[in-house]
Amino acid sequence: MEHDIQTFSLVKKFGDVPAVDNLNINVRKNTIYGLVGPDGAGKTTTMRMLCSLLKPDSGTGKIGGHDIVKDSEEIKKHIGYMPQKFSLYGDLTVIENLEFYSEIYQVPKRESKEKIQFLLEFSNLKNHSYKLADQLSGGMKQKLALSCNLIHTPKYLFLDEPTIGVDPVARRELWKILFDLREQGVTIFVSTPYMDEAERCDEIGLMYSGSIIKNDRPDNIIRDFGKHILCVVSDDSYAAREAALGIASAEDVYLLGEELHVISDNIEIIRRELEQLLKSMNADYTINEITPTLEDVFVNIVKSRTEMTYGKRN
Amino acid sequence: MNFNMKRIKAIIKKEFSQIKRDKRTIAIIIMMPIMELLLFGYAASTSVDHIPTAVLDKDMGRESRELVDKLTNSQYFDMDYYADNMDDIEYYIDNGYAKAGIVIPPDFSASLKSGKTAQIQLIVDGTDPTTAQTILSSAGGVVQSMSVEIIQETRGTFVPQSLDLRSRVWYNPDMSSIYFNIPGLMGVILQTVTLMLTSFSIVRERERGTMEQLIVTPITKMELMIGKIIPYVIIGFVDIVLALALSVFWFRVPIAGSITLLLLFSAVFLFGALGVGLIISTVSKSQLQAMQLSMFMIMPNILLSGYMFPREAMPEIIHGISNVLPLTYFIKVLRGIILKGNGFGELYKEFAILVAFGIVFLALATLKFKKKID
Amino acid sequence: MENAIEIRNFTKLFGEFVAVNNVSFDVKKGEVFGFLGPNGSGKTTVIRMILGLLNPTSGSGHILGCDIAQDREKLRSRIGYMSQKFSLYEELTVEENLDFYGGIYCIPNNKLKEKKKEILIMADLKGREKMIVSNLSGGWKQRLALGCSIIHDPEILLLDEPTGGVDPIARRQFWDIIYNLSKQGVTILVTTHYMDEAEHCNSIGFLYYGNILSLDTPNNMKEKIIDGQIVEIKSDKTLKAIELLKKKDYVKDASVYGAGIHAMVEKNTELDDLVLYLNGNDAVVHSIRKVKPTLEDVFVFLVESEKRKNGVIK
Repeated sequence: MEHDIQTFSLVKKFGDVPAVDNLNINVRKNTIYGLVGPDGAGKTTTMRMLCSLLKPDSGTGKIGGHDIVKDSEEIKKHIGYMPQKFSLYGDLTVIENLEFYSEIYQVPKRESKEKIQFLLEFSNLKNHSYKLADQLSGGMKQKLALSCNLIHTPKYLFLDEPTIGVDPVARRELWKILFDLREQGVTIFVSTPYMDEAERCDEIGLMYSGSIIKNDRPDNIIRDFGKHILCVVSDDSYAAREAALGIASAEDVYLLGEELHVISDNIEIIRRELEQLLKSMNADYTINEITPTLEDVFVNIVKSRTEMTYGKRN
Repeated sequence: MNFNMKRIKAIIKKEFSQIKRDKRTIAIIIMMPIMELLLFGYAASTSVDHIPTAVLDKDMGRESRELVDKLTNSQYFDMDYYADNMDDIEYYIDNGYAKAGIVIPPDFSASLKSGKTAQIQLIVDGTDPTTAQTILSSAGGVVQSMSVEIIQETRGTFVPQSLDLRSRVWYNPDMSSIYFNIPGLMGVILQTVTLMLTSFSIVRERERGTMEQLIVTPITKMELMIGKIIPYVIIGFVDIVLALALSVFWFRVPIAGSITLLLLFSAVFLFGALGVGLIISTVSKSQLQAMQLSMFMIMPNILLSGYMFPREAMPEIIHGISNVLPLTYFIKVLRGIILKGNGFGELYKEFAILVAFGIVFLALATLKFKKKID
Repeated sequence: MENAIEIRNFTKLFGEFVAVNNVSFDVKKGEVFGFLGPNGSGKTTVIRMILGLLNPTSGSGHILGCDIAQDREKLRSRIGYMSQKFSLYEELTVEENLDFYGGIYCIPNNKLKEKKKEILIMADLKGREKMIVSNLSGGWKQRLALGCSIIHDPEILLLDEPTGGVDPIARRQFWDIIYNLSKQGVTILVTTHYMDEAEHCNSIGFLYYGNILSLDTPNNMKEKIIDGQIVEIKSDKTLKAIELLKKKDYVKDASVYGAGIHAMVEKNTELDDLVLYLNGNDAVVHSIRKVKPTLEDVFVFLVESEKRKNGVIK
């Protein structure tokens, strides 16, 4: 299979702390790859190394066959990179920002005019062309930033947490643009802290403490989880939680609003015990098995890892 | 390294669009030179008059009264207090009622009449050295016609060393300090404005996050640096023209030398000053840090370049430091062209030094700048 | 149950700009209430008005029976507040921060000692009392900030974007603490822009450009608001399938979602009909299933119906 973006044992330390630790990623051509993990997992550092903004301490990577350390200037011609923080000129207008980047990338004049018009329509910003970038809403800013990164028709697009704080409607619009770009043959590398957003990627790497702890298609990750989750809704979630915490085979117990979630290899025992308890309390309740979410999988993997290293908490 | 004019042009255009929309930057560009010239031009002018003075006339003769009248008529001194003894004089000066005290000895008239040099004592409040100097020279000017020798005594911190009263007065007619100040001031203004603006130019992009986007593009270091410098060279020129116009039309400072030569030197000086600004901007982590660093640079330039204090009077080490400040040479050039009418022939050494500064600082700035974010 | 917070017709104008528009809501004692909305939707403004940091342009509010405008100072000691930017002193130690806030709220020494112990255990910070705050990771900082905001045993706790930037495990730990506080009778109001975070709340208010779009429990929202069924379809020709789907009257919307399609169809639609239709038109269906709407689906639905109402979109 053809890989467009690859890393080979990439390492980056800040002081003694490894921000990225022996990272190996393979991104297939023409797909959307999601680097998923909390703040501080090393997502931004990885992305900055791929875009040649940071020099790796060891290891390397390839983008479209070019080495990220040796051929960084060549790579820069073919990538678009949208940093986490809004990185356009807030005191320039929408169109001035687009023109600026079109000149920086040396897009020929005639082509540039067409491209800018196309991007303004594509990102629904046409009516805001002469507004200062600072005056745009969060979602529009992100679409403008993306447009500026598309001005030179890059083959590889890197987006660092593009939808943070953006409203869900704008978030869907942005994803629609990403799907369209994928259809046009662009390979997209996106990082996100949102587990629910990760499900939109073709393939994801769950990143924690500088390493990938799981790499697969989102539905495969959930399918392979191997553990079951019971969802209990009752009048007294706190009592139900106390009871569940007392059951030895309950691996993890947590409240989620009105719901109590219990994770276990064997949920039948738990179901029986909880039913008994809730009946004795004369409580109204429902108990159902639910599909785990990516967050469930993520938390479970990380917890079992840290417990292996530090021993079980409490 | 290859240049691409289009990219440089894009940077320049962008910088101007940003400057255009930022009222504070425009204020620095336009208002700062005007304000500084007006404020420093007037405030730093060392002419002082109507000094409150206490007189102790032990002689009480015709000649002594004549001297007091002369001093009063000069407008420099106001004889506000007549003292009966030395303690009174001390009292008036110590309490700040009087800035100067004049003591005329009992034999004053007699000495003058007999053709001997008569002496008077001048006591000056030296807490403000500039005023004190003016008082001394003013008094010197007045008494010079009479055959009187002044014994100086200063109170406070100021101790005048070998003071040549006559020459002081000769070279210090009314308002002449403005003539002397303005060329230096023009250099200081040019240095301050360009340093302040450029020292923000890169760190601001880094702080706002725009630099991250810019350096993933194929733009080269050189292109970025040149694109960043040119707008400020233009602004620097606007400022020097503004300062010149104000000097000529407002302060009526005559320009003895060639204006073209002055602009040529300004351009050369600007490249060095901008280089320093870019170095500061490259090494700073935040705009606040850049601000502090540029203040750190501006202070010695103002104090040591010869603008405020004569370099000849500086201790050796300080003099040595002043030798590596481009402003030192630029002020020399400005005074030379404006006051003395020097031509290139007298200033080629300064020209060479300023060119060298420019090349070194710009090269350092470009070397220091990394297309990375750590 | 009695209401701990009652807000009536809160409106806040900044110049011409309507930051909060006629917002009313009640929070029951001991409830966890969430304000969900994207950045710039007015969440922080509402919190600030409740805290008395901003005066509402119009409207009134009562907290614990006291008027917000008149009894502001009296209420201060009964409210705890944790801001987005965890207002900790980074160069002080954990204990020094707690001592400082204990001093600010004039807590007697012997009581402060006890309270500190309790908070250190609660926040899992035992043994880290002497650590400088800037050396703590996000999750610990967050729990310490929470500890500082409850050192005076407030009856109401306001949390402004409390979990920005912490990993899912720390987030669950955090919510465990919140639920325990709620169990003890503390009323909690939290703002967030994470859809999945809102699931933790007993009830939520959707805030969008200063307006409350909906106010209900998360489950009610998912069940009652959307007038339709969401179907996940995987086909070998995604884009073609979407085009085909959009032609059908009973399909209200269809968009790319990860490797598949999410279509919103009328409730009584037979999935078999859909499969037949797509297969018959050369877009072979690999899998099809009904999925439960997420809060994001609900939000998008609400925003779009709002826009339709205002004539922004058709």
